[in-house]
Amino acid sequence: MPAVSKGDGMRGLAVFISDIRNFNFRNKLSADNDSLWKVFSRCLSTLGSRTVAKGKSKEAEIKRINKELANIRSKFKGDKALDGYSKKKYVCKLLFIFLLGHDIDFGHMEAVNLLSSNRYTEKQIGYLFISVLVNSNSELIRLINNAIKNDLASRNPTFMGLALHCIANVGSREMAEAFAGEIPKILVAGDTMDSVKQSAALCLLRLYRTSPDLVPMGDWTSRVVHLLNDQHLGVVTAATSLITTLAQKNPEEFKTSVSLAVSRLSRIVTSASTDLQDYTYYFVPAPWLSVKLLRLLQCYPPPEDPAVRGRLTECLETVLNKAQEPPKSKKVQHSNAKNAVLFEAISLIIHHDSEPNLLVRACNQLGQFLQHRETNLRYLALESMCTLASSEFSHEAVKTHIETVINALKTERDVSVRQRAVDLLYAMCDRSNAQQIVAEMLSYLETADYSIREEIVLKVAILAEKYAVDYTWYVDTILNLIRIAGDYVSEEVWYRVIQIVINRDDVQGYAAKTVFEALQAPACHENLVKVGGYILGEFGNLIAGDPRSSPLIQFNLLHSKFHLCSVPTRALLLSTYIKFVNLFPEVKATIQDVLRSDSQLRNADVELQQRAVEYLRLSTVASTDILATVLEEMPPFPERESSILAKLKKKKGPNTVTDLEEAKRERSADVNGGPEPAPASAASTPSPSADLLGLGATPPAPAGPPPSSGGLLVDVFSDSPSAVAPLAPGSEDNFARFVCKNNGVLFENQLLQIGLKSEFRQNLGRMFIFYGNKTSTQFLSFTPTLICSDDLQTNLSLQTKPVDPTVDGGAQVQQVVNIECVSDFTEAPVLNIQFRYGGTFQNVSVKLPITLNKFFQPTEMASQDFFQRWKQLSSPQQEVQNIFKAKHPMDTEITKAKIIGFGSALLEDVDPNPANFVGAGIIHTRTTQIGCLLRLEPNLQAQMYRLTLRTSKEAVSRRLCALLSEQF
Amino acid sequence: MIKFFLMVNKQGQTRLSKYYEHVEINKRTLLETEVIKSCLSRSNEQCSFIEFKDFKLIYRQYAALFIVVGVNDTENEMAIYEFIHNFVEVLDEYFSRVSELDIMFNLDKVHIILDEMVLNGCIVETNRARILAPLLILDKMSE
Repeated sequence: MPAVSKGDGMRGLAVFISDIRNFNFRNKLSADNDSLWKVFSRCLSTLGSRTVAKGKSKEAEIKRINKELANIRSKFKGDKALDGYSKKKYVCKLLFIFLLGHDIDFGHMEAVNLLSSNRYTEKQIGYLFISVLVNSNSELIRLINNAIKNDLASRNPTFMGLALHCIANVGSREMAEAFAGEIPKILVAGDTMDSVKQSAALCLLRLYRTSPDLVPMGDWTSRVVHLLNDQHLGVVTAATSLITTLAQKNPEEFKTSVSLAVSRLSRIVTSASTDLQDYTYYFVPAPWLSVKLLRLLQCYPPPEDPAVRGRLTECLETVLNKAQEPPKSKKVQHSNAKNAVLFEAISLIIHHDSEPNLLVRACNQLGQFLQHRETNLRYLALESMCTLASSEFSHEAVKTHIETVINALKTERDVSVRQRAVDLLYAMCDRSNAQQIVAEMLSYLETADYSIREEIVLKVAILAEKYAVDYTWYVDTILNLIRIAGDYVSEEVWYRVIQIVINRDDVQGYAAKTVFEALQAPACHENLVKVGGYILGEFGNLIAGDPRSSPLIQFNLLHSKFHLCSVPTRALLLSTYIKFVNLFPEVKATIQDVLRSDSQLRNADVELQQRAVEYLRLSTVASTDILATVLEEMPPFPERESSILAKLKKKKGPNTVTDLEEAKRERSADVNGGPEPAPASAASTPSPSADLLGLGATPPAPAGPPPSSGGLLVDVFSDSPSAVAPLAPGSEDNFARFVCKNNGVLFENQLLQIGLKSEFRQNLGRMFIFYGNKTSTQFLSFTPTLICSDDLQTNLSLQTKPVDPTVDGGAQVQQVVNIECVSDFTEAPVLNIQFRYGGTFQNVSVKLPITLNKFFQPTEMASQDFFQRWKQLSSPQQEVQNIFKAKHPMDTEITKAKIIGFGSALLEDVDPNPANFVGAGIIHTRTTQIGCLLRLEPNLQAQMYRLTLRTSKEAVSRRLCALLSEQF
Repeated sequence: MIKFFLMVNKQGQTRLSKYYEHVEINKRTLLETEVIKSCLSRSNEQCSFIEFKDFKLIYRQYAALFIVVGVNDTENEMAIYEFIHNFVEVLDEYFSRVSELDIMFNLDKVHIILDEMVLNGCIVETNRARILAPLLILDKMSE
C-alpha cells in the first residue's frame, strides 16, 4: 500500500483542516504511533492546553470557518479564472465545512465545472460534491446530466463508474428521463466491464425506485436475471439487489430468478471456502451475497420444481449444519459472518413455513443463541423466534424455551432485548401457558422501563382476555394491572374490562366483590375508581347482602374517593349514584343530599352541574317503575374487535400484531362465549351513563366479503388478473347522481367510504378519489384499480399513480386520476378496490362517473341562431328523442339546475313555449368538437318528458340522451 | 436498504455522512445529534441494534469513533454489523492503521471507498482488492 500523503498534496486544505482540528480533541481509531499526530500535538501545545473550554473552541471554529468561507467565496467570484487544482481544493474545503454541519449555499457551479475536467481527481471531487450536496430537485441537474452523458459515452470505465454513481446517488426524475433508456443497455451489453455493470445495476435500481414508469420492462429483463449466473461475484451482488426489488413488484416476470438464485447459493454454500478467493470473509464464503440471495428467495413461495426445492433444502440444511460445526476461526468476524447467513436462512425457512423439520431445527438453533454470551445474538434470536412462534409447525418447539425467555426478561441489561423478550412471550402465549406468562409479565411490569410499560399493559390485557378460561382470573389480572401500572392503563383497557363483565353474568358478582375490596386501599388509582364506580353501579346489588358491603358502605367508599378525582371520573361517579338510587332505595335520601349540595348543583364544571341537576330531578319526580326502566342494567355490548387490540396494532404497526393474530386465530376458539348481539333497546334505553358507551366506537365487523361469485362484469373483463367483484349494490344509482355533479360520496359501506372531487376543462379532466377507512383497523394491501374495456381504453385515457397499500384506521388516502377524452365514448370505467381488513379479503367494484357530458363546454346563443342550427342538424341520424315518465317531482328550478349541471348552457327565451328547456354546448374530445343542442319538454299533466338531442354525431346524441333521461 | 452511513466521534462531530435517501440539510444535523446521543448512552452490555424512529440503527465503536448505519427492516442486522467491520478493515489496509485524522484529511478517498462498497443503499462490493482498485489508479495518476 502506498504511503498516503495526508491531504493529498493540497497544502491549503491540510492547514485549514488542522486549524479546525486544533479546536477539538484528539481521537484515534487504532493507530498509536501515527507520526502525524506528533505534528498536531505540537500545534495543540502551542494553543496552550487541551482543556480549551468547549464553548470557546466552538466559537473559534465558527470564526475560522466563516473566514474560510469568505475566502473561498471571493476566490470563486474573483476575476482570475481558477485552475482545476484550486477549484478542487476549494470544493474539498466546502465539503469538509458542510460535514461540520454548516450550510453551504455556493460552490455548486464550480463543482459542476469540475465534472468536465479530464483529470480523474478533479472530476471525482466534482461528482463527490454533487452527490453529497445536490438534492434531486436542484436546478443544476440539466448541467450535471450533460456531464454524465459525456462520461457515459467516454467508454472510459472509471469515468463511467463515476457518472453511474452520481445517477445512483442523486437519481432525480430528470435524470431518469435522460438515462432510463441507456442504463439497461450498459447493464446487459456483452462488452461492459464488470465494475461498470455493478454500478449500472444499482443505478437502474435507483431509477426504478424513483420513477418506475420510466423504466419499462423489456428484453433486458431476462438478461438481467441471468446476471445471477455471472462469473463475477461483485456483479452478482449488485444484480441480486436489483432483481430483488424488481421481483417484489413484478413477481411473474422474474420467476426464473428462483432457480438461478438457488443454484448460485448452493455453489457458494457448498464450496470449499478457498474457491471464492477474495469474496471469502474470515473463512465464510461470500456472506453478504448469500444473505442477499436468501432475501431474494423470500420474495417467492417455496419453489415448485422438486429438484430446485430439494437443492434449496439441502442448502438450508448445510447452513444449519455449519452452525453446529466447530468454528474454522476463533475470530469474532468469522462467527458474525456465519451467523448473518444463518439468520437469513432461518428467515427464509420461516417465510416458506412448509418444512417442519427445518422449522424445528431453526428453533433449536435459536434456542442455543438465547443463552449465548453475545447480546447481539440474544437479541436477534428473540426477534426471529417471535416470527417462528406463529408457525403451527414450530409453535410447540418455541414454547419449550419459555423459561429461558422469562429469565431474559428478568436478567437482561438491555431494554431493547427485554422488549424483544416481551414480544416473544406474547407470541408464544396460548391457553396452556397463559397464566404463567401473564404472571411473569405482570411482575416484570413493576420494574419495567417507562418507555415500554403501556405496551406491556396492552399485551397483558389482551392475553388475559383471550386465554381466560376462568373470568375471575381475568378480573384479578386487570385489577392488578391497574394497581401496578395505573398510569399506563389506557381507556381502552378499562372500557374493555367493563364490556366483558357486563357481557358475562357469571363473573359479575365476583367483579363487584373484587373491586369493592380493591377500593378499600387508602390510595388507589383513579382508573380503579372508574372501574369500581361503574361495576358497583351496575352490580353493587350482588354484594349488598353482605353487611360488610351494605349499600351505604359501598356509597361511602366511592364517595370518599370523589373529591380526589378528575372531572370525567366524578361525572361517572354521579351516574353510579343515580344507579344506586334505583338499586338501593334505602340510600336515596343520602344521595339526594349529596346531589343537592352546592358543590354539585353549583359546580363550575358545566357537565357535573348538569348531571347533578338532572339526576336530582330524576330521583325526585320519577316513579319507581320509571326509575327502574331508565336506570336498567346495561344491555350486553355488541361483540366487536377488542379496542385494545386495535390500539396495540396502531402502536406497533400492522405487521407485528396482525400476523400473530391471524396465525393464532385458528388455535384460539372464541373465548368470549359470544353473548347475544346488542338488543335494539341499547339505543332506546336512555341510560344516564350512556356516554360511557362511546368506546372508541369500532363499527361491528362486516358480515364478510361481498359475494364475489360470477358477476357479469367478471365475464366481461375476464382477462383482468384477479377476479373483480360485481358492482356494489346501489352503484348504478350513485353513478346516475354524478352525471350532473362532480363532487360527493360515490360509495359507502361499513368499512370504506369513497368520495369524489373532479374538475373538467375541455377534453381534459382530473378526478380526486378519496378513500376513507371508517374502521379503527388498518387496511392492508389496499389496491384500487381502474378497469376500462378495450373499447373504452381507446376513447378515454386515464392515468393514475398507485396509492399507499396501507390505510391506517380512520385515515383517508387520495388518488388523482388524470383524464383525457380522446373520442366520444359510452361505457364508464370501473373502479375495483381490493384490500385486506382484519383477516378477510375485501373486493369492491363501483362504476366511476366519468361520462361524456363532463367534456361539455356551454355555448350561449340567441334564439335565432339556435333554430338555425337546430335545422341544420335535422337528418334522422343526428336526432335522438326519448319520451319518458318523470321519476322525480317536476320542479322547474331543479330541472334548470340539472341541465346546467349536465354541462350545457341553459338558453332562456329561446323556445316559444316558456315551459320548455333548451340547452346548447360543445363536447370536446382530443380529435374533434361536437356541437350539441337539446330540448326538454315537460308535460305536467301526464307527468312525462320529451327529450330531444341533436348533435353532429349519432353516437353522441344517443349517449347524451340516455344520460340525461335518467336525471328527471 | 441502507438509509445512511455515518462516522461520528464521541464529541458528536460528524466525520463522514452519506445519505441514500434525501434528508433536508438542516434536518441532518439534528438527526446526527440524536443518533450519536442514542449510541453514546449505551453500554457494552447492550446490543448493537437500536430501534430508532421508523428504522434501525446498527453501530460499532472503534476507539472514539462510532460508525452508525441506519437501515430499514429489509436488511439483515448481523450482515450490516459485520459489513461495518469489513469497511474499517478496508480503511485500515489503505491507510495502514487508520485513525480519525486519516478520515478527516482524506475525506474524498474515504468517500471513494464507501461508494465502491455501498451504492444506492445496497452493498455492492465486499472484495477488498476490488474496492481499492480505483483508489490505487488514482494514486498512481497523482504520483
